[in-house]
Amino acid sequence: MNAPNKSGWKPEMQVSEDGLHNGPSTTTGNRALMLEEPLIFEIGHAETTGVDLPEIDPGAPNRLGGFDRMDPIGLVGLTEPETVRHYTRLSRQNYGIDLGFFPLGSCTMKHNPRLNEKVARLPGFADIHPLQPVQTVQGALEVMNELAHWLLTLTGMHSVAMSLKAGAHGELCGILCIRAALEARGDAREVVLVPESAHGTNPATAAFANYRVENIPATPAGRVDLEALKARLGPDVAAVMITNPNTCGLFEPDLREISDAVHAAGGFVYCDGANFNAIVGRVRPGDLGVDAMHINLHKTFSTPHGGGGPGSGPVVLSEALAPFMPLPYTARTADGVVHLVEEEQADDFAREHFGGELSSFGRMTAFHGQMGMFTRALTYMLSHGADGLKQVAEDAVLNANYVLRSLEDILHAPFADSGPCMHEALFGDKDFGGGLSTLDLAKALIDEGYHPMTVYFPLVVHGAMLVEPTETESKASIDQFITAFRSVAERALAGDESMKQAPYYAPRRRLDETQAARKPKLAWQDPELSA
Amino acid sequence: MRYLPLTDTDRADMLAKIGANSIDDLFVDVPAVAQLDGPIRELPMHASEMAVERHMKARANKNLAAGDAPFFLGAGAYRHHVPASVDTVIQRGEFLTAYTPYQPEIAQGTLQMLFEFQSQVARLYGCVVANASMYDGSTACWEAVAMAGRVTRRHRAVLSGALHPHYSQVVKTMAQFTGDTIADAMPAIQTEPDNAGLISRIDEDTACVVVQYPDILGRIPDLTELADAAHAKGALLVVVNTEPVALGAIKSPGEMGADIVVGEGQSIGVGLQFGGPYLGLFAVRDPKHVRQMPGRLCGETTDAEGKRGFVLTLSAREQHIRREKATSNICTNSGLCALAFNVHMTLLGEKGLRELAAENHRLACIAADRLEKIPGVSLLNSAFFNEFTLQLGGKPARDVVRSLADRGVLGGVSLDRLYPGVAGLEDALLVAVTETATEEDIETLASELEGVLS
Repeated sequence: MNAPNKSGWKPEMQVSEDGLHNGPSTTTGNRALMLEEPLIFEIGHAETTGVDLPEIDPGAPNRLGGFDRMDPIGLVGLTEPETVRHYTRLSRQNYGIDLGFFPLGSCTMKHNPRLNEKVARLPGFADIHPLQPVQTVQGALEVMNELAHWLLTLTGMHSVAMSLKAGAHGELCGILCIRAALEARGDAREVVLVPESAHGTNPATAAFANYRVENIPATPAGRVDLEALKARLGPDVAAVMITNPNTCGLFEPDLREISDAVHAAGGFVYCDGANFNAIVGRVRPGDLGVDAMHINLHKTFSTPHGGGGPGSGPVVLSEALAPFMPLPYTARTADGVVHLVEEEQADDFAREHFGGELSSFGRMTAFHGQMGMFTRALTYMLSHGADGLKQVAEDAVLNANYVLRSLEDILHAPFADSGPCMHEALFGDKDFGGGLSTLDLAKALIDEGYHPMTVYFPLVVHGAMLVEPTETESKASIDQFITAFRSVAERALAGDESMKQAPYYAPRRRLDETQAARKPKLAWQDPELSA
Repeated sequence: MRYLPLTDTDRADMLAKIGANSIDDLFVDVPAVAQLDGPIRELPMHASEMAVERHMKARANKNLAAGDAPFFLGAGAYRHHVPASVDTVIQRGEFLTAYTPYQPEIAQGTLQMLFEFQSQVARLYGCVVANASMYDGSTACWEAVAMAGRVTRRHRAVLSGALHPHYSQVVKTMAQFTGDTIADAMPAIQTEPDNAGLISRIDEDTACVVVQYPDILGRIPDLTELADAAHAKGALLVVVNTEPVALGAIKSPGEMGADIVVGEGQSIGVGLQFGGPYLGLFAVRDPKHVRQMPGRLCGETTDAEGKRGFVLTLSAREQHIRREKATSNICTNSGLCALAFNVHMTLLGEKGLRELAAENHRLACIAADRLEKIPGVSLLNSAFFNEFTLQLGGKPARDVVRSLADRGVLGGVSLDRLYPGVAGLEDALLVAVTETATEEDIETLASELEGVLS
């Protein structure tokens, strides 16, 4: 695979100046199991294919209306052995949960059970079309309803919109339900309040829904400032968007009071459910007065992150918002039959079940949602059961507190004095020496064999480092991480200059992001053509 | 519990280290009103792998899998053969269990894959730049409308009547909240796409014209005249494609003048899965529009030793940097589906994609000819790729589809399912024919349809 190719590009590995890569350079640029891999465009050919299909018959009937594609498309192919090797080699340049500890705060990188993968691939789930007659997909609709039942029971909410494609999509759905509910009562409001520690999607979502975003300050203990919030409430406030547990990894103890105050002022409470893993099976957000909350099935319910999606973000809703949820949704009627409520039944269904003329604000995606994620999430829930999910929350919180208390003596932990954290431990870069930053520490952790924690988020803590161990790590694994983290923290505090060049041992050294943005190269170009 | 490594001894030791007496001490911030006294009683307790598999399999078995019946559904989701090696690759833990590549030094696998994917999509669409994927075709369609508004600073979108109705509904739903005006229409049941009607609705306030290619009825509109008409009024042409395999046979939207090309990528590498997860594709023809694109972009750069590498770039457009000023609130893309597309497209290559497209068209022609011969059935399309519209002589197509299903044939999608209750569309049936259909399947469909209609 490393034969000279038509671009003439050949990977080169050089001995680094710091002497850490001493040893002879290799002809191929590979270093034993650390293998370089060209782009498909450098190794494939237009005439090569890994799929056996009938040759094209030029005399075959043609009813394309004269729109035949005559010019080359510019694609290249590889045979199956070349394809499998190409992607296997690429995969080895990636870090994943399967390889090691992945303490990425607010992302909940827990183990992805393989039974979920097996179930999702059953032909009865994987090989059904979204528009098949409903009589042929009753099992799929049952899965959606069963998952809905679990979500509603775990959250103590009234209804759930299932079609949303990811957390931010669900968040948008929740805010649009709020907007629709307010408009239905003729109540135009303009402002959404967002705590300053919020995830970036919250203000982006509120802005999309045409709301003006105002920040609410945090207390020194890292919580929403209840008095400041109460003072700001009024007839112009549509909603408050709160993350609970919040992005500092702390439970909002005043959430019930916040909800009551917001409701008294005629507004709604949106809860970002990104951190539901800390409380699943132990606390129901519905008991805290939440009106809408998205649930990231790819966080709490273990569907794989897949290198950046696909996700799935069902939204649980209070009774006040339920009539407005987007189509389609599923519902089981008294006769036990599972219905898919699409555009045509929506009005009748709303009249019958929501007791009025109110109805859905529309549709946010084609078809019914992320079925492939529903089957995985339901499999996960059934595996854990009510008892196992409660244990998930407890172990996730226990692991995070253990990390917090094992490192607070050496690293600045801004909220450690205010009590236990939830599922993630937050540290700052205070007292780092030699101009070293959180980024340097993160890159040094890569050399130690770890995926770094979330860095520079939340924004309220300088040089933030947010560590979320999740419940699927053993104590031995966490102890080993603490040892490694402690060693890099000691080096950062001591101002170890060598950290500025870390990582040394990853497939790539630090990448030039400025160059990437200044002269964007976003697609392959044939060197002969671009020369 | 098989997924939880801590032992009771571990838990006790860790609580001691923390200085807590019990796990409840760590939940002290939860108000009493929200504290549950034990596992939620309305839900079952944990279960073995075997028991859970049995439970899920029982539900799967209640569905009629597409592979177990002659199958002819399309309308935005298509059944194609996915080579076995695609699933092998996407199940590698290094891809499956990776996060968004924010730490590029240990995510070059995902990043290089995304760069290859972007390059494949751009070439397929006849564009210069594609992003790293969106949720699905319908949300990509809305994002294209929103982007056209940013580029033109106009707020009216004209939608073709032959745009997938779910896509139109997504656009209209979102526009309610942004204040954009959406001019949509019902599909005109006629042999040729109604380009003249669409062109007549473009005005000086129009940000974009959105047209599907091939359209919801399987017809193939001439994009060149639409691009000229849109550009003459200062509007952009947004082209939606729901069947990427078609672009192995028909001209790319980019070469016909489309400014933004979006679509559903599910056909390549991603199975039917009852509608999701799918793969939104998004590309632009003009490099100057890149900074107005939504979603993630992967770009080439070099590392500190001068070696080529890849990073997520131009993130100043995105929510985690721009917050309320972001081009979109999107955070997740459809990474693993993009990998499946990338692997399948690499297996196909130029030759394989063209052969796959030719085989789809060959079988669709056979099916159209056969079905048209059934008394009371007429073929609407003059041109089509692998999907066409039949009119059933006034018989409600929704009932026909159900009757066919009772006879073990998944015979197509009735327009009434997509446009419930719209007069004039009730007897129209969309039939899609891919390489997964055999000539025997086509004959079965024909004879059962004859039986249902007689």
